[in-house]
Amino acid sequence: MMEALLHFGGTAIGLLRDVLPIAAILIGFQVLVLRRPIVNPARVFFGLLLVLVGLAFFLEGLELALFPLGRLMAEQLTSPSFVLGEGAVAIVQFAWTDYFWVYVFAASIGFATTIAEPALIAVSIKANQVSGGTITVNGLRFAVAIGVAFGVALGAFRIVSGTPLHWYIIAGYIVVIVQTVFAPKSIIPLAYDSGGVTTSTVTVPLVAALGLGLAETIPGRSALLDGFGLIAFASLFPIISVMAYAQISEWLTRRARNKLSSTEDST
Amino acid sequence: MKALILQFFRSLRQSFQDLLPIILVIAFFQLLILKQGVPQFGQILAGGLMVVIGLSLFVQGLQMALFPLGEEMAYSFVKKGNLWLLLIFSFTLGFGTTVAEPALIAIADEAAVIAAAGGVIADADKARDSYAIGLRLVVALAVGFALLVGVIRILKGWPVQYLIIGGYIGVVIMTFFAPKEIIGLAYDSGGVTTSTVTVPLVAALGIGLAKSIRGRDPMIDGFGLIAFASLTPMIFVMAYGMIF
Repeated sequence: MMEALLHFGGTAIGLLRDVLPIAAILIGFQVLVLRRPIVNPARVFFGLLLVLVGLAFFLEGLELALFPLGRLMAEQLTSPSFVLGEGAVAIVQFAWTDYFWVYVFAASIGFATTIAEPALIAVSIKANQVSGGTITVNGLRFAVAIGVAFGVALGAFRIVSGTPLHWYIIAGYIVVIVQTVFAPKSIIPLAYDSGGVTTSTVTVPLVAALGLGLAETIPGRSALLDGFGLIAFASLFPIISVMAYAQISEWLTRRARNKLSSTEDST
Repeated sequence: MKALILQFFRSLRQSFQDLLPIILVIAFFQLLILKQGVPQFGQILAGGLMVVIGLSLFVQGLQMALFPLGEEMAYSFVKKGNLWLLLIFSFTLGFGTTVAEPALIAIADEAAVIAAAGGVIADADKARDSYAIGLRLVVALAVGFALLVGVIRILKGWPVQYLIIGGYIGVVIMTFFAPKEIIGLAYDSGGVTTSTVTVPLVAALGIGLAKSIRGRDPMIDGFGLIAFASLTPMIFVMAYGMIF
C-alpha cells in the first residue's frame, strides 16, 4: 500500500514537472506581458488541479492494470511458440500469414486505445462546438480510431515483411494529397490535426511494446531500427480516415438530397 | 453543487464507455486466443477504476481551465494588437512545453543508444547525453517554429494544405539524404511531441485566434496548429541526423 502511494506520488510529481512550464508561460504572459488579470482565477486553478489529478489517476491506473497485461500479450503473441505452434524456440522460416493474430491484435488495440485517448477527446469536444454539431464527438473519435487500427496493423505487417518504412509513408502522403483536393474544405485542417493527437499517453506505450516484440523475435530485424515506425503509421492513417469520413458523410447527404428532389419532381 | 456531482457521475459513465473497448480487446485475446487466465484480477479492477475516475476529472478540468485559458489568451493578444508579442508567445509555448516532455526525453535517450551502437557518436555516457539533449532541443525548436508559422498562417488566412503538403515534400526529399538509422526515429518524433496537456491548449489558442479575427473561420483557420507541430520535428530531426 505504502509502495503504491509512493509510486502515485512519483507520477504526480512527474506530471507537475510537465505542467509547471506550461502554467509558468501562460501566467507569465497573461499577467506580466499582457497585464491582464486572469478571469475567475479560482475556477481556472481548480480546473488545472483537476487536469493534474485526473491525469495522475489515469496514468497510474493504466500502469497498474492495462500496460503490464498489454505488454505481456504483445510479447506472447509475437513469441515463436505462439506463432509457429508448441515447441518452436526460434523463428527461422516463416510466412507473413503466420502472424495473423498479431495483425488482428494490432488493429484492435490501436482502435481501443485511441478511443480512450484523452487528447483526442479534447479535440473532438472542440471540433463539435466549433462545427455547430455537424461533427459529432463520437463520430470523429471513431473515424480516427479506424485510421489508427489500420495504420498499426499495416505497420506490424511492415515489420514482419521487413519492407522499408519510407515507401509506406510516402504512399500515404500521396493518398493524403489526392484526398485533400477532393475532400470538403472545412474538414482538412481538423483531419491534419487528428494525426498528431492520436498518439499520446495510452497508444504509444502499448503500440511501442508491440513493435519491439515483433522486431526482437523475427530474424533479421533489429529492435532498434525496426521497432520504431509504428507511431508514424498511427499518426498518418487517421488523416486519411478522417477525410474519408467527411467525404462519405457529404456523399450520403448529397445522395439523400438528390433522392428527395427527384421524388418531389415526380409528384 | 448538486448539479456538479450529477455531472461528474454522468462523465464517469462516459469514461467507462471510453475504456470498455480496451477491456474487451484484452479479455478477448487473453481468454480466447492466448487461452490464459487473468492474473491479479483485483489489481486490474482497481487500476481500471482509477483510469475511469482520472479520465472524468481530466475532461472536467479541461472544460474549466485549459479551454477557457487558451481562448482567453488568444483574445487578449488580438486586443493588444502586438504581433511580435503573439509570435514570441507562440514560440515559447511550443518550445517550453516540448523540451520537458517525458515521452520525448525517453525517445531521445533511446536514440542516443542507437546512434552510439551505429558508431555515429562515441559509445560513452557523455557523448550519449549530449546527443540526447541536442535532439531534445532540436525537437523543441521544431515545435516552437511550428506554432510560430501556424499562428502567422491563422493571421494571414493561408490555407493549411499548401504548407502541410510543402512540408511533406520536404520530409520526402530529406528521407533520401538522411542517415538510415534516424529515419524511423524522425518519423516517430512527429507523433510524440504533442502531449495531453499541450493539445487542448494549442487547439483552444488556434480557435480563439480564428474567432477573434474578422474574416477567419474557426473550423478552417482555427485547426491546424497541431498538424504543424507534428510535421516540423520530422524535418528537424532528419537535419540533425545529417549534421551529426
